[in-house]
Amino acid sequence: MHDSKSVARLFAAPFTVWAVLFIVLPLFFVLYHGLTDGEGAFTLANLWEAVQMEYLRALGLSVELALVSTVICLVLAYPLCMILQEIKRGRMVLIFLLFLLPLWMNSLLTTMAWQTILEKNGIINMVLHALALPEVTLINTPLAIVIGMVYNFLPYMVLPLYVSLSHIDKSIIEAAHDLGAGRWQTFRRIVFPLSLPGVISGCTMVFIPALTTFVISALLGGNKILLIGNIIEQEFTAAYDWQLGSALSMILMVFIILNIVVEAFSERNAKEQEVDS
Amino acid sequence: MAKLKKIYLGIIIVFLYAPILVLIAQSFNASRYRGQWTGFTLQWYEKLFTSEDIIEAFLNTLTIGLTAAFFATLLGLITALAIRNFSKKSQLVFRGLANVPLLNADIVTGISLMLLFLGLGLRLGYDTILMAHVVINLPYAMLCILPQVMGLDHVCYEAALDLGATPFQAFRKVILPELRPGIAAAFLLSFAMSADDFIVTYFTKGAGIDTLTTAIYAQLKLGIHPEMYALSTLFFLGVIAFVALLMVNWRLLKRRQGKEWV
Repeated sequence: MHDSKSVARLFAAPFTVWAVLFIVLPLFFVLYHGLTDGEGAFTLANLWEAVQMEYLRALGLSVELALVSTVICLVLAYPLCMILQEIKRGRMVLIFLLFLLPLWMNSLLTTMAWQTILEKNGIINMVLHALALPEVTLINTPLAIVIGMVYNFLPYMVLPLYVSLSHIDKSIIEAAHDLGAGRWQTFRRIVFPLSLPGVISGCTMVFIPALTTFVISALLGGNKILLIGNIIEQEFTAAYDWQLGSALSMILMVFIILNIVVEAFSERNAKEQEVDS
Repeated sequence: MAKLKKIYLGIIIVFLYAPILVLIAQSFNASRYRGQWTGFTLQWYEKLFTSEDIIEAFLNTLTIGLTAAFFATLLGLITALAIRNFSKKSQLVFRGLANVPLLNADIVTGISLMLLFLGLGLRLGYDTILMAHVVINLPYAMLCILPQVMGLDHVCYEAALDLGATPFQAFRKVILPELRPGIAAAFLLSFAMSADDFIVTYFTKGAGIDTLTTAIYAQLKLGIHPEMYALSTLFFLGVIAFVALLMVNWRLLKRRQGKEWV
C-alpha cells in the first residue's frame, strides 16, 4: 500500500484530538487546581495542606487496607487458579461462567448486601446466635472494608494470574519432577517465578481501586473510617474545596504512576526472559 | 487432595454468591427494610414497572451505555487501524496514552473530567456523562480490537485491490468481516463497563439526572427502594438465561462441526 502512511495519519487524527482533549487536558486541570489558589496564582499551599497529619493518616490507613486486601486476594486467587488449571476442558466453560457471573451484579448492591451479612443483627450473627456462639462486631470495622474490597476486586487478581499460569509450559514442570524436585520445590523454583508477571499485574490491578475507593468504605465503614477516597469525594461534593481535592488527587496520582512503572518493568523483564529462552 | 480442592472451590463460590442470594431474597421480602424478613411478596416486581424514577434511570443507563459503546468501538477501530501502520515507537506512545484511563483510578478520572467540563463552561448532565463514558470505554474497546487488527493479513486486502475493488470496498468486504468478533467484543465489554460504572458517572452527572448506579447510591442513605432489588434480580436472571442460550448454541454448533468432520 503506497499510501499507508498518509492513511495512518488520517486515521490517527481523531484519536489525537480525543487524547489531548479528554486524556491529557483533564489531568492538567487537576494540576492547575492543585497548584493555584482561588485567584489562579501559583501556590504550594494546597499541597502543603494535603500532607497535614489528618490527611496523611487517612492516606496511611488507605495504603494499609489496600495492601492487606491485595495480599488476601493473591492468597485466595493463587490456589484457585492452580485448581482451575487442572479442570478438564469440557467442564471448564461452566466453572468459568460460575466465577464470572457474579460480576454482572451491580457492585453497589452487592457491597450493600455485605452490610446485611455483616451487621449487628446480620446473617453471620444470626448464625452464630443459633449456634449459641458469642456475637462478633464486623460492620464499621476495617475488617468489613477489607472483606468488601476482596469481594469487589478478587476478579482483577484471578484473571491475569490465571492467564500467566496457563502460559507455563507443562513440560517444564514435568522436567522438574523428573529431575527429582518435589511438589513444593517445583512450585517455589519453577511455577511461582514463571507466574510472577501475572502476580504483579494482578496486584497492581487490585491495589489501585482498593486504595482509591470511597464507596466500599462509606458502605461498610459507616462513615466512621475515612479513607483518602472519602476525603477527596467530600472535598468535591460537600466542601467544594477543589484546590485541596485536586492536591490530594495529585498525591494519589503519585501512587498510580509508581504502580504503572512497576507494571512496565515487570512486563519488560518478562519480554526479555522470553527473548533469552 | 481432590476433595480438599473441591471444598476450596466451594468456599469461594459461597463467598461470591452469598451477597447475590441476599439481594435476591430481599427482592421477595415484604419489609421495606434490610435485615428483617416479614414474609414473601411479589409487590416490588409489580411496582418496578410503575416506578418512574427507576425506569428513567434504567433508560439513561441503557441509552448512555449503547451510545458510548458505539462511539468507543468506532474510535477504537479507527485508532487501531492507524496504530497498525505506525513505527514501534509511536505505537508505544499511542497505546500508553489510550491506556491512561484504564490505569488511572476512577476517582481521579471522574474528578479530572468534571474539572474539564466545568472549566470549558459545559453544564454537567446527560452529554457529559456520555462523553466521560466514551473516555473510560475506549481502552477496553482497544483491548478487544487492537490484537485482531495487528494480526490482520494484508494479502487478501491487496488482492481485492488488484481485482479492482476500491479501498472502501476492500475494507468493507475483506477487513471488516475479519474484525467482526473483536468489534462485537469491544461493543459488549464497553456497554458492560458503562452500565456498571458508578464513580465516573457520579462526578460528571450534575444534578437532576441519574443512571441506575447513581440512583442506587442516592437511595443508600435513606434505604434502597426494594424495586431495585427486583430489577437487579431480573437482570441477573436475564444474564443467566442469555449465557445458558449461548452455551446450548455453542454445544449444538460443536456437535454439528463434529459430524461434518466425520
